[in-house]
Amino acid sequence: MRIFLAVWLFVVVATVSILGFRGEKFRKPPIWLFPDMDIQAKYLPQGQNEFFADERNDRPMVPGAVLRGYNWDVKEVFDGEYEFAKAENPSAWTGKDESGEFIKEIPIEVTYDLVQLGQEKYTIFCQPCHGRVGDGNGITKKYGMAATPTYHDDRLRDMADGEIFNTITHGKNTMFGYGMKLNPEERWAVISYVRALQLAQNATVEDVPEQHRKELGL
Amino acid sequence: MANIFPKWSNTAPIQIVICLCLAVGTVVAGVTYYATPKYLRVGYQPIQPVSFEHSLHVDQLGLDCRYCHTFVDRSEHSNVPAASTCMNCHSLIKTDSPKLAPIRNSYESGEPVPWVKIHRTPDYVYFNHSVHINRGVSCVHCHGQVNEMEEVYHAKPLSMAFCLECHRNPENFIRPVDEVTNLTFSYDSREEQIEQGTKFVHDWKVNPPQSCSGCHR
Repeated sequence: MRIFLAVWLFVVVATVSILGFRGEKFRKPPIWLFPDMDIQAKYLPQGQNEFFADERNDRPMVPGAVLRGYNWDVKEVFDGEYEFAKAENPSAWTGKDESGEFIKEIPIEVTYDLVQLGQEKYTIFCQPCHGRVGDGNGITKKYGMAATPTYHDDRLRDMADGEIFNTITHGKNTMFGYGMKLNPEERWAVISYVRALQLAQNATVEDVPEQHRKELGL
Repeated sequence: MANIFPKWSNTAPIQIVICLCLAVGTVVAGVTYYATPKYLRVGYQPIQPVSFEHSLHVDQLGLDCRYCHTFVDRSEHSNVPAASTCMNCHSLIKTDSPKLAPIRNSYESGEPVPWVKIHRTPDYVYFNHSVHINRGVSCVHCHGQVNEMEEVYHAKPLSMAFCLECHRNPENFIRPVDEVTNLTFSYDSREEQIEQGTKFVHDWKVNPPQSCSGCHR
C-alpha cells in the first residue's frame, strides 16, 4: 500500500509538472488528440497551397475577369432575367458620366438607411485619419499622419460627388484606395455621410428644425 | 492448525479496492482535465512574423475590428488583412521600423506574410462568421478580449460543448448588432442580458441549429 501510494504520488506530481495547468501560454502547435478527419485535403480560405508558386490558395484575379456576385443577391444574379448591374447604372461604378466627367450627384437613391450605412463605414474606415467630424484630426495625426485635410472648406464642399468616389476607390496623394474594402454602394453611402458632416459643421441655428432646437439648448 | 492466510490478508481486499479506485479515479481525472481543448488549445500563442499588437491598435487607437478583418460581417471567413491594409497608415507612420519589415517586403513583392493561424476548428466544421456577427454574437465570445492582447492567443476552448452552450441558450450571450465589435460591451446584470437576449432571439428569429448537419458536413 505504501509503495503504491508513493508511486501514485510520484506519477501525479510528474504529470502535473510536465503537463502543467490549463490556460498556460505555449508556442508549439496544439496537439490534435483525435485527428480523425480534422485536417482534410481541401482548400480553406487564405490557406497554403503547394501547387502554386506563391503557395496561395486564393488566386489573384485574372486580368479582364468580369466581377460577378460580389455581395449581390445571388438569386438575382443567377436569374435569367438578371441584367448586369454595372451596365444598368455605369456611373454608380465609376463616378463618371458618359463623357468621362465626374458626376455631380450620388447616382443611387439616398435614403436614411444609406446615410446610416455611410456613418457605420465612415466610422470604421475614415475616422482613424479624417476624424469623427471630418476635420482631419483623426487619431493618426498624433502618430505622424500630418497631411489629412479637413472636409470643411470650399474646395471639398464644392467637389463633385464623383470625384470623391474616385478618391475613395483609388486613393489620392498619401491616402490609399478603399475600393477593395467598400463596394460601390457603400462608397456612395460614405459620400452621403460626408455631405451630412459638411452640412452639420457649417450650419447655423436656422438650419436646425424648430422642434429640435430646444433639445440642443439653442 | 496453522492459519492458511497470513494476518495482513485481512485488509488486502480493501487495500486493493482503494488502490484500484485511486488509480482509475486519477486516470479519469487526468483525461478529463488534460484531454480537452480547454487544456490542449487554450493558451496557444505562436510567434507571428510581425508582432502585431491588438491592444495598441484597438484599445489605444480605437480601430474597429473591421478596418482590417473587413469581410467578417459578410463572409464565412474572417479575413486576415493584406499588407496593403497595414500600409494605409504605415506608409507614413513608423516607416523604418524593423518590426514592420515583413509587411513592407510583402507589399513590395506581393508575397504573402506567413501569419500563423491560431483558431482552427476541424475541417468538417462549417463555422460562418457573418451569420454570427449579424445576429449579435460578438468577437469576444469566441476569441476573448483580443482588444487587450499584446500578442494574440487562443483564449476560448472552441470545443463542441462550447458552441452548444450558446446554441442551446443564445439569449445568454447575444447583444445588439452594433455592439458586436465593441469588445468591452456588457450588460449591467445577467438578468438584463437574458431579458434583452430573449427579445433579440424573438425579434431576429434566432434559431441556432442543434442538429449535426447544422455545423458538420
